[in-house]
Amino acid sequence: MQHYSMNLKLKIWRQKNINDQGHFEEYDVNNISSEMSFLEMIDVLNERLISEGSDSIAFDHDCREGICGMCSMVINGQPHGPWKGTTTCQLHMRAFKDGDQITIEPFRANAFPVVKDLMVSRTAFDRIIQAGGYISVNTGNAVDGNTLPIDKDMADESFAAAACIGCGACVAACKNASAMLFVSAKVSHLALLPQGAPERKQRVVSMIAQMDKEGFGSCTNTYACEAECPKEISVLNIARLNREYLNANLSGQ
Amino acid sequence: MLDAKIPAGKLDEKWTKYKGTVKLVNPANKRKLEIIVVGTGLAGSSAAASLGEMGYKVKAFCFQDSPRRAHSIAAQGGINAAKNYQNDGDSVYRLFYDTIKGGDYRAREGNVHRLAEVSTSIIDQCVAQGVPFAREYGGLLSNRSFGGTQVQRTFYAAGQTGQQLLIGAYQALERQVALGTVEMHARHEMVELVIIDGKARGIIARNLVTGELERHFAHAVLLCTGGYGNVFYLSTNAMGSNVTAAWKAHKQGAFFANPCFTQIHPTCIPVSGDHQSKLTLMSESLRNDGRIWVPAKQGDNRPANEIPEEERDYYLERRYPAFGNLVPRDVASRAAKERCDAGFGVGSSKQAVYLDYAAAIQRYGKAEVSKKNLGNVSAEVITNLGKEVVKEKYGNLFAMYEKITGENPYEVPMRIYPAVHYTMGGLWVDYELKTTIDGLYALGEANFSEHGANRLGASALMQGLADGYFVIPYTLGNYLADDIRTTSIPTDHPAFVAAEQKASDRINKLMSIKGKQTVESFHKRLGKIIWDKCGMARNAEGLKQAIEEVRALKAEFWSDVRIPGEINAMNPELDKAGRVADFIELGELMCLDALERNESCGGHFREEYQTPDGEALRDDEGYMYVAAWEHQENSWNLHKEPLNYEVVKPSQRSYK
Amino acid sequence: MALTGIFLVVFLVVHCYVNANVFFPNAEENFNRAAHFMGSNLLIRITEIGLFAGFILHIFQGYQLEIKNRASRKSRYAVTAGNKTSKWYSRSMAILGTLILLFLIIHLAHFWVPSRFGGLDEVYYDGEKFHNLYLKMKNTFAAPWVVIVYVLGCISLSWHLLHGVQSAAQTLGWTNKKYFPMIRNIGIVFSILVPLIFALMPLALYFGLQLDLENITLLF
Repeated sequence: MQHYSMNLKLKIWRQKNINDQGHFEEYDVNNISSEMSFLEMIDVLNERLISEGSDSIAFDHDCREGICGMCSMVINGQPHGPWKGTTTCQLHMRAFKDGDQITIEPFRANAFPVVKDLMVSRTAFDRIIQAGGYISVNTGNAVDGNTLPIDKDMADESFAAAACIGCGACVAACKNASAMLFVSAKVSHLALLPQGAPERKQRVVSMIAQMDKEGFGSCTNTYACEAECPKEISVLNIARLNREYLNANLSGQ
Repeated sequence: MLDAKIPAGKLDEKWTKYKGTVKLVNPANKRKLEIIVVGTGLAGSSAAASLGEMGYKVKAFCFQDSPRRAHSIAAQGGINAAKNYQNDGDSVYRLFYDTIKGGDYRAREGNVHRLAEVSTSIIDQCVAQGVPFAREYGGLLSNRSFGGTQVQRTFYAAGQTGQQLLIGAYQALERQVALGTVEMHARHEMVELVIIDGKARGIIARNLVTGELERHFAHAVLLCTGGYGNVFYLSTNAMGSNVTAAWKAHKQGAFFANPCFTQIHPTCIPVSGDHQSKLTLMSESLRNDGRIWVPAKQGDNRPANEIPEEERDYYLERRYPAFGNLVPRDVASRAAKERCDAGFGVGSSKQAVYLDYAAAIQRYGKAEVSKKNLGNVSAEVITNLGKEVVKEKYGNLFAMYEKITGENPYEVPMRIYPAVHYTMGGLWVDYELKTTIDGLYALGEANFSEHGANRLGASALMQGLADGYFVIPYTLGNYLADDIRTTSIPTDHPAFVAAEQKASDRINKLMSIKGKQTVESFHKRLGKIIWDKCGMARNAEGLKQAIEEVRALKAEFWSDVRIPGEINAMNPELDKAGRVADFIELGELMCLDALERNESCGGHFREEYQTPDGEALRDDEGYMYVAAWEHQENSWNLHKEPLNYEVVKPSQRSYK
Repeated sequence: MALTGIFLVVFLVVHCYVNANVFFPNAEENFNRAAHFMGSNLLIRITEIGLFAGFILHIFQGYQLEIKNRASRKSRYAVTAGNKTSKWYSRSMAILGTLILLFLIIHLAHFWVPSRFGGLDEVYYDGEKFHNLYLKMKNTFAAPWVVIVYVLGCISLSWHLLHGVQSAAQTLGWTNKKYFPMIRNIGIVFSILVPLIFALMPLALYFGLQLDLENITLLF
């Protein structure tokens, strides 16, 4: 792999707090190594800003290995940037070339208010989970794990849905700011397992109600969510969610 | 003398007897008792959820934007449990024994046996919560084997076991939030512990969004705040992982145990430059088929594929002919460091060694040819067949490597280097997980208790959930049963006022320095000192120097750090400054502990104490104790908790 | 959206079937008879009310959805991913729908209004009186601009359906791993075929083309 160094023009959203209007600011960054991760490139810029006496750019990040779901940002119009199936923290600078202009914005949705700069609040997701994204089993109530055999394919499919990291890229990517992929991943994870069966009707109805209450848009099946999901969660989960919802409603839940 | 309060009686009856006789709190009283849980990883989420279910009034805190983001989520491999589903002779005793031996005989028998006992309930609980563990075609749970054991007892969910377990615990927690038993405070950081009449009675938390300091009362405080691996700056820990909560407790009287016991994982993707902010683990299983080497010539800059066979040094195979590339973690890590320090490292940073699959590809390719009866085929066909086999076995790891480095590991050897990823040390706790401060508990990686000097793979998840689901719900009641008459203490109590003032003074002091150097630059320098002198190999000389250097760094930090932004607003640099300031103090204690322990054991390798062939040389006569450090104004007092092995007979760990 | 959409799709099939008469011999009589049947059968007249209701509901829901969805992101992106992550027509259902609505108004004014409220010539087959809708059509499609408007209307419909058919199936939960590709393909075929047949009608009338069943083999 040939490494190279690049100079970039960054256009970054700055917003002091939730009440601030916010605006774009432009920064030149030079001698960025193609080996750096995208967030390390911003680290470099932040170090410079601090040395110059200005405030650093706030952004969410934690594990930096693509699993915690904390990092966000919309990079040139794409949540988590141009690489498919990759979080911002795993995006590396070799995705860009010398002289590129990069526009960096926060995830935008009414349900995800900006906290500062590129940081948004995603507590709406927590409240959706609170509405029913669980199996009601108190500690100590469990029978032996092998009492209930589960079809391997079902378990695998459930796992594929459970792999959602709750980052909110689906909402950010959706032209409607809809949270359907997130909600459907959780509903699918639990509906595919026999343990989730007793609560499945109530779960889907309350989670959808909470989702609407939070101010997310409605799904119009453009599938931008799937295209941008760093864990490549399938939109077929949305079809399953719709089935679950219809079933629950038809049976009078 | 420290008393671990291990119940009397036979090892395998201690926990049962404890549970049967422990004091209880009746439901009406539970509703009046408030508990604070700091941290929402496996230990924190499971504890908060379980205590909420029991009826306590719980407040949970995490610095991330959601409890689901805690770093337990990044654990890959799996979780151990003595289920013996594979009928391969596993048992509670074997899991107990493997853990004690793996910890190089520096853990308590009583605690570890309890861990092994409750391990089976963890799996049941998680399955009931809907954790999608890997399954066999028959629908039953699947297991795999892991290092340091001879049985298959590891349960897993692809390479995302930590994520699935944490989501299970997170969902249980959110359920309690919905039911009103748990109050969740995300984007909050504990900055001070409040002690009233010798008992932990609450915390001062900083709202990271507004910068406000908040007072929270509780009858008991649980620290589930993870490990302190980020003292090294570069580690596999999350960027926000920190020691602050534990350190505040330590400075208020909680003893810190075995801080020098840190685990270095041999196969991580190496540092690519000064900009590097964190390290990523590559599964250790890669050493099964890969060969590790460096150029035989110092400073050889040729690309790996251009270095002929006779000019390569397969140093593990050379030094350890019996185990070759499969030597234990600590040995592999130290050997890689030795080669790189001697100037044989590869890559642009020269801090890496090759993990080469070329031989494995050829071997598998040839096997395929004979398996498929292909007869005489070209070298290219063999190579392609071999690549396919490797892809099937390790495809996802190779893909991850390529994403990070941009190199194709099927064509060029991978570059790897050891990295910090777990800390066995932590707050000293007794059998009940209580620290030396009454009413203050430490769970999971934040405590020191179960892994001795070295942790076995797939045991961290087990311990976190054991503590949260199955230990603290019993042991906490034993304390709170005597506290039912204490009503909620109003937060205008002088102790709260003083604690908040202390926290506020510190923040003001940090902001008023207005120096020239960034927080990040201090953290990097601290990391380098600790990594170089208290990392994979330590010696008395280096440790003494490190202590001096860390002290100097501390002075420099407090006189020249530059923090932008405001106090009463979101300010990530200020958050980081507080954490780095605590890491600097901890760094000194780590070196002090490493200096005091004149032996080598587990992850602690003192160069002066090794066998003639370079193995760790334990000193059971002199050091079979837990080193518990008590903080004092400008120094530390050492308390020793002797380890008594009643069942297991300590012996030399040998891999030859 | 999905239910009314599927309902309208069914209407399109019927409409398309009746229209197809114009391509075959004896087009005028067959078409007028079919139109008469559609206009006089009580059951179909009742269904027509349902159809109007369906249209109105679909249009109303569509705009309501668009308004809600637009409102769910008050602060807009400076840069968007555009066609990298989704199809333009999937994102433009409201615009395509509006175009179809405009077309529909013109279309109703051309044919539905005169056939319901008078203004059509009369013609006799076997002594029975029929409206000569066919003649009206022939006259209408004599103007090139009308033909162009109709063809554009059909193109809008095609894009609308290309998203709509599979989207309705997804919303109703009919898609799964096995049927998703099939449903998607059916949607593609339907959304090309049906508008194509519609569009061919004004073109056929304008250019005076007709299928010759005697020599149909020549076509293949």
